[in-house]
Amino acid sequence: MRRLSLLFKLGQPTRDLLSWGDLIVLAIIAVLIYAGVRLAWRTPSVIEGPEISLAPTALPWYALLSVGRVLAAYGLSLLFTFTYGSAAARSRRAEQILLPLLDVLQSVPILSFLPVVLLSFSAILPTQIATELASIVLIFTSQVWNLTFAWYQSLKTIPAELREVSTVFGWNRWMRFRFLELPFAALSLIWNSMMSWAGGWFFLMAAEAFTVGERDFRLPGLGAYIQEAVAQGHYDALVWGISALILVIVLFDQFVWRPLLAWADRFKLEMVKSEPPPSSWFYEALRSSRLLRWLSEHLWRLIFERVDALLGRLAPHEPHGSLEISWPGKILWGLVGVGLLIGAYRALEMLIRVPLEQWGVIAMGLGATLLRVSVALALALAWTVPIGVFIGMNPRWAAWLQPIVQIAASVPATAFFPLLALIFLGLPGGLNISAILLMLMGTQWYLLFNIIAGAAAIPQDLKYTTVLLHLGRWERWRTLVLPALFPYTITGAITASGGAWNASIVAEYIEFGDRTVHTLGIGAVIAQATVSGDYPLLLAATLSMVVTVVLINRLFWRRLYRLAEEQYRLE
Amino acid sequence: MPAPLLELRHVTQVYGTPPRQFTAIEDINLTISEGEFVTLVGPSGCGKSTLLRIITGLQRPTRGEVLYRGMALDGVNPHATIVFQTFALFPWLTVQENVEVALKARGVPPRLCAQRAIELLDRVGLDGFENAYPRELSGGMRQKVGFARAMAVEPELLCLDEPFSALDVLSAEALRGELLELWTRGQIPTRAILMVTHNIEEAVFMADRIVVMDKDPGRIIADLRVALPQPRPRKAAAFLETVDRVYAILAGQTQPEPVEPSRPRPLPSISLNKLASLLERLAEMPQSRADLYRLPEELAISSDALLSLTDAAELLGFVTVAHGDIALTPLGQAFAEASIQARKEIFSSRIRRLPLFSWLLEMLWAAEHHQVPRDVVLNALESRFHREEAERQLEIAVTWGRYAELLAYDDSTQTISLDPTGITALVQSELAKTLQK
Repeated sequence: MRRLSLLFKLGQPTRDLLSWGDLIVLAIIAVLIYAGVRLAWRTPSVIEGPEISLAPTALPWYALLSVGRVLAAYGLSLLFTFTYGSAAARSRRAEQILLPLLDVLQSVPILSFLPVVLLSFSAILPTQIATELASIVLIFTSQVWNLTFAWYQSLKTIPAELREVSTVFGWNRWMRFRFLELPFAALSLIWNSMMSWAGGWFFLMAAEAFTVGERDFRLPGLGAYIQEAVAQGHYDALVWGISALILVIVLFDQFVWRPLLAWADRFKLEMVKSEPPPSSWFYEALRSSRLLRWLSEHLWRLIFERVDALLGRLAPHEPHGSLEISWPGKILWGLVGVGLLIGAYRALEMLIRVPLEQWGVIAMGLGATLLRVSVALALALAWTVPIGVFIGMNPRWAAWLQPIVQIAASVPATAFFPLLALIFLGLPGGLNISAILLMLMGTQWYLLFNIIAGAAAIPQDLKYTTVLLHLGRWERWRTLVLPALFPYTITGAITASGGAWNASIVAEYIEFGDRTVHTLGIGAVIAQATVSGDYPLLLAATLSMVVTVVLINRLFWRRLYRLAEEQYRLE
Repeated sequence: MPAPLLELRHVTQVYGTPPRQFTAIEDINLTISEGEFVTLVGPSGCGKSTLLRIITGLQRPTRGEVLYRGMALDGVNPHATIVFQTFALFPWLTVQENVEVALKARGVPPRLCAQRAIELLDRVGLDGFENAYPRELSGGMRQKVGFARAMAVEPELLCLDEPFSALDVLSAEALRGELLELWTRGQIPTRAILMVTHNIEEAVFMADRIVVMDKDPGRIIADLRVALPQPRPRKAAAFLETVDRVYAILAGQTQPEPVEPSRPRPLPSISLNKLASLLERLAEMPQSRADLYRLPEELAISSDALLSLTDAAELLGFVTVAHGDIALTPLGQAFAEASIQARKEIFSSRIRRLPLFSWLLEMLWAAEHHQVPRDVVLNALESRFHREEAERQLEIAVTWGRYAELLAYDDSTQTISLDPTGITALVQSELAKTLQK
């Protein structure tokens, strides 16, 4: 009975695998890329990069710059999240447009936009500002979607009674946000922020070290430092750079995320006390500090009371009735629609100009990259499943290793790429190997992370049952372990394959000083189109990649995910 | 005659848009006066909670008027508040903060907020727990916080939405006593209390007035005064007599056979095991009959669950209900004494007569391979029930059909099909029909 009711509930919103909304979203993306490509014609053909100093003393400054970029993008992401997510959750009409948009944007390989964004920005802005802005925009687009989605989902799952309480007691928007919505979403927002920061580092490292042909788009920062160290063969500096990067990430983990998680444990929703809460030595230290307690009791509370009182008076109450779109709004939407149509038409015109053989190159490239992504994923699965199950089933190991895996997962693989390439380029098929390795490094941690969680979540009773039934090792795996892991593996694999596609942009085409090495693949096609200024090809290749990845997501991953959710979720 | 505090005039709530419409409550007229403790009782799905939300202004009725002290209500009623079944405490706030947030929105300065909160917590006996989080408290203590929070805003009309039903028996009883004490001694500024409950004994124990509702559509079918003096001993004859009267009103509304075949009756959501134990228990009774109000205690179920069970048993023709008494029919007797397999056969023959099943079986019989996607059935059901109800009905139908070995459901393909046994049974009955002709 219980199982049946459960199945019926999960079977509900059977959204189409591909809908009209998706097509519109793809059209919008096509128009955006087209606009970027149009602007790119005016990009200066030679762009001077910044001088990158390899002195270790420059590292703190570079680290600060890198952190600043991610921070700026993260701030933007939060702003976007609170407006977009709230709009989608509040109005049903907005939801119908905003949600599919979010869904597609989430699965698009953002890094494929890097060349277009860089080119178009430097066409209209001074190089230094353009590259800075482009990197921030890219990091923003890599961070924002999962945050927005988490916020939206939290808003949608706030229990009706809690909402009713807030209405009965006459709360306005601000009070609702501060005392209901924000606390309710806190845990999910913090976990997703950790993911977002990891994603942000991945893109930042790629963006900081990006050069194509005569154009040097590098930015002073850790990514450029590491790349420069490899290019000059300066191995001391390489060690310094990578150490600095790992240090920054560990510091963030210890001084920001762990304390935040420990603090946010109070926002857990279950009414029962469960497993030991996450701990953080830093948080404990802060809590026991007298000065800080005094500060929080006096200064902090005073500030909060003032802000609450002020905004409590200013913020509007929830409007009654439905939100009808006004006339000017309709005209505005109409204009946007017309603009979109014209843009789509122009983009199509440009696509038609791409000769057939170039489409062939794109198709070949897509196939080659897909193969590489699959190999990387298969390799990752092959080692993470046994190791992950071993760690997950041994709680003592898990307690030790999980934090380490978490940190490892957030060290951006893109930073290591120059080093990898240097090592493997001498070998036959060197770039192929290093590309797959880069993908592997970017993907395996997500998988391992999820598999450990899955293995740890297998109920003890079921494990005992398999022992009591005298199931052999293989039988046990087949009847218990693999099915129990399935949902977790799929979740990990979806994130992982997204990361692998992104990695292909930097992994398939590489420049060392005067040497250029590339291999067959869609990332290489995009890079070459950027170098040679073949903008129709750039548009066609970028768009093809986006469409392919979205299709794979919809037709393959989403089906598996649904199956996993419905059939294999252990409650 | 005390002044009326709240008046409902012809209140109707309809959900959905025309082809798929569902009336939750229809034409409710109700007046609550100062000094009254009113309870709303009725089977689940009769719209008690919807009515409560309309009264507090959380929800605007489709038609009809809500008057508070003679004025039409616009938006949330500032003089009313709700205590929820699930407590609805904010898990991230301490006990004291949970009470304070009720005052904050009213612009009470922080220092005063804290002072009032501590006073109230003291009054409900939670002093010492101010800094605890709700998860550290027992259910009874959590609900005390719920009461303290509601009283913080000094409501004139206190609405209680099944406030004791999530608590264990002892805590619930203690809390009922404490609330009654606060109320009868006038220690709270509340002018009237309106409590929704499905526990009939609880209603008789606490209220001055019991408003009885029935479902399909939700409406008031009786309004009776309880003139017993407080405190009310539960074993007193007068008390039991009142409980019996409410049961007599509530049970016995069901017709064993469908009135109009076109409109399927909703299937009550019950546990088939409990249905069997109800019938077995009745079979052991002298003359196979019993007073309804005695059964919840004997079967260890809530009065709400009992009403659903009798509803189902009546629908299937296993029992008859009259004047608060329930009696086993010969068929029910046969079921209670039958073996597992024979029970399934009796059950199967009975549910095939229900309009919902005969419609579903006909559809499956006509379909290719005798199977139909779940969504198709659901869509068809949605023309008769609102969405959630349609899903629930389908779920019940599948459970009953599986038990009767009439239906099978494959979850991976989400299709409903005829069970092989079901096919045989249907063929046999088709044959019988043809032979009769």
